[in-house]
Amino acid sequence: MPASVRSRASGNPAQGPRVRGDERVESLGAGRRLAGFARTLRDNGFRVGLAETGDALAVLTSPAAAHPATLMPALRALFCATHSDWERFDEIFDAFWCGEGMRQRQILGGHSQASTLSAKKLAEAHVPEEARGLLDRIERRTEGDADVESEGRGRREGASSAERLSATDLRHIVDPAEIAATHALAARLARSMRARLVRREQVRRRGRRLDLRRTIHRNVSHGGTLIELAWRRRKIKPLRLVVLLDASGSMNLYTAFFVRFVHGVVDAFREAEAFVFHTRLAHVSPSLRDRDVTRAVEKLALMAQGIGGGTRIGDSLATFNRWHARRVINSRTAIMIVSDGYDTGAPGQLAEEMRRLRRRCRKIVWLNPLIGWRDYSPQARGMQAALPYVDLFAPAHNLESLAALEPYLAKI
Amino acid sequence: MNLKREEIAEKLAAVGYVADHDIATALWLMDFLKRPLLLEGEAGVGKTEVGKALAAVHDTELIRLQCYEGLDQNAALYEWNYQRQLLAIKTREGVGENAETIEEHIFSEKYLLERPLLAAIRRNKPPVLLIDEVDRADEEFEAFLLELLSDFQVSIPELGTIKAVSIPRVVLTSNGTRELSDALRRRCLYHYVDFPEVDREAKIILTRTPGIETALALQIARMVAEVRKEDLRKMPGVAETLDWAATLAGLEIHDLRQEPETIYETMICLLKTHEDRSRLSREVSERLLSRVA
Repeated sequence: MPASVRSRASGNPAQGPRVRGDERVESLGAGRRLAGFARTLRDNGFRVGLAETGDALAVLTSPAAAHPATLMPALRALFCATHSDWERFDEIFDAFWCGEGMRQRQILGGHSQASTLSAKKLAEAHVPEEARGLLDRIERRTEGDADVESEGRGRREGASSAERLSATDLRHIVDPAEIAATHALAARLARSMRARLVRREQVRRRGRRLDLRRTIHRNVSHGGTLIELAWRRRKIKPLRLVVLLDASGSMNLYTAFFVRFVHGVVDAFREAEAFVFHTRLAHVSPSLRDRDVTRAVEKLALMAQGIGGGTRIGDSLATFNRWHARRVINSRTAIMIVSDGYDTGAPGQLAEEMRRLRRRCRKIVWLNPLIGWRDYSPQARGMQAALPYVDLFAPAHNLESLAALEPYLAKI
Repeated sequence: MNLKREEIAEKLAAVGYVADHDIATALWLMDFLKRPLLLEGEAGVGKTEVGKALAAVHDTELIRLQCYEGLDQNAALYEWNYQRQLLAIKTREGVGENAETIEEHIFSEKYLLERPLLAAIRRNKPPVLLIDEVDRADEEFEAFLLELLSDFQVSIPELGTIKAVSIPRVVLTSNGTRELSDALRRRCLYHYVDFPEVDREAKIILTRTPGIETALALQIARMVAEVRKEDLRKMPGVAETLDWAATLAGLEIHDLRQEPETIYETMICLLKTHEDRSRLSREVSERLLSRVA
């Protein structure tokens, strides 16, 4: 990327004369600054391509550039593509442009709209370094409230952390051959689940209607005599599956196994989403879409780490209901919660969130690894609170128990 | 002809659209860069209104395509008028024309039914094409839309390629029920429409509700802002605010503190689910009212 952008930028002096006198953006180097800005945005996960940079250059030489008050919204409309971009843009814009352009306005540590640069950043306000520094700062912020922000963007963070900590606990729990075997089994199971679901839909939708318009159209060539008939059938859509995986300390022994299972599911279902929660909730499907099994699982295992502590199922479900549910849930969605039900939050909240979730989706399946234990009964408070809203409460301590679920899931 | 940003802002005000600060810039940029504008935001914040206002600003036609699941090219682009075609076949056969002439005749423009997308590229004066709730359409349709938005030409197998007479101004809206493709997002300018601030909402109430008092409009706007802060399933949108304002004006209420009971009862204009209704009990609504007044 940089080569092409820079060539555009270095070609800029030719554009220089088009910028008229009093503009705040100096003609010389404006293009280069813009390229730097585009790079900063890209580093922060914006999808900025050459077309956008080119258009931004056009904006920069237009009357809009005369006032920062209009330049900012113009560039924002151009560079942003999602709501999370939109929310972060102001800060990045201020940090990049105002950092150098209006050095006299310093507001330290503040969170105001005007400028949020720290003294250190101002000191190194030279473009590339600044871009780096900014990246650091904003990345940290993103990690802070990853629940909301990291959606769709977890990929990059995950990749870099994977390199840093490539030897994870996972390796010690399960040996590589076993890993491969488990994944293959889980993927096969997920695939067969999906296949059944689809077939079932087809059988049920046997009642077909005549598509009059299409029939007439098709028979125009016969002079309007109806010979070929066209039928209408409801489109078959596979079930959508959302997996919420508990990765708290109490689930430690099973996390590695379920990470594999979840990856198999996301791999096989076209419409599947996966979330991992402990005290917070993280959207992990983007990292799981990696075709490289080992890498994907490592990423997820890493996200599932950082944990050990308690579980706040209620909080995590609240986050899910509030931020993700509308997008990932529709009437064909089955929710699969994998957890032991040990909740350190208030049971009342868990019950309330379960109730909300239940109303939105088709079925809730709760897999509890502890059921496999002898003499287990769901005594945990959280489990008690959640049970009334669960359609299927099943053991999941090994692959056989998961395979036993298949007939039920096929019926959903 | 491109308008300046300031002109757009003035005209928006003139047509009765109370614009937020940045939307004028976004609308100007649309013309400047010739890109479509994607509007996102909660339901009821007035995304569709932007399209309507834009049409009024440029004094041009608004062509609206409402998306839904299963929307296909026949409903969005063009369709042959089958009934007329059949009739034509019968009458011409009677006269004794040969099959080829008939075919050529029945697949001519005369028998083509324009649907919104085709209509939008065949106007002499560039219209505003409002593609509403694009997230409801299927992914296949989105891909097709992308193609149309980059080429502005349509190929009809029986008729050939139809090129755009004029390039329409395209506004897309999305409620975020489905993630849109990256390609579509990148093609578009982006604007996030938020709920209006209190002042702006009060202005909207004043322009849309004839004969309402300024003080009451401001109180209503403040109250709605408070209601939105509550944890609701369905946040009241601007349309709901206007309904409520009209109701209160109709009941000749001049001050929200005047009749708390009536206020509570009329809040069905704002709260559309049983859950929200029970969440905002009498006590809660009175607490909010005391904060507003």
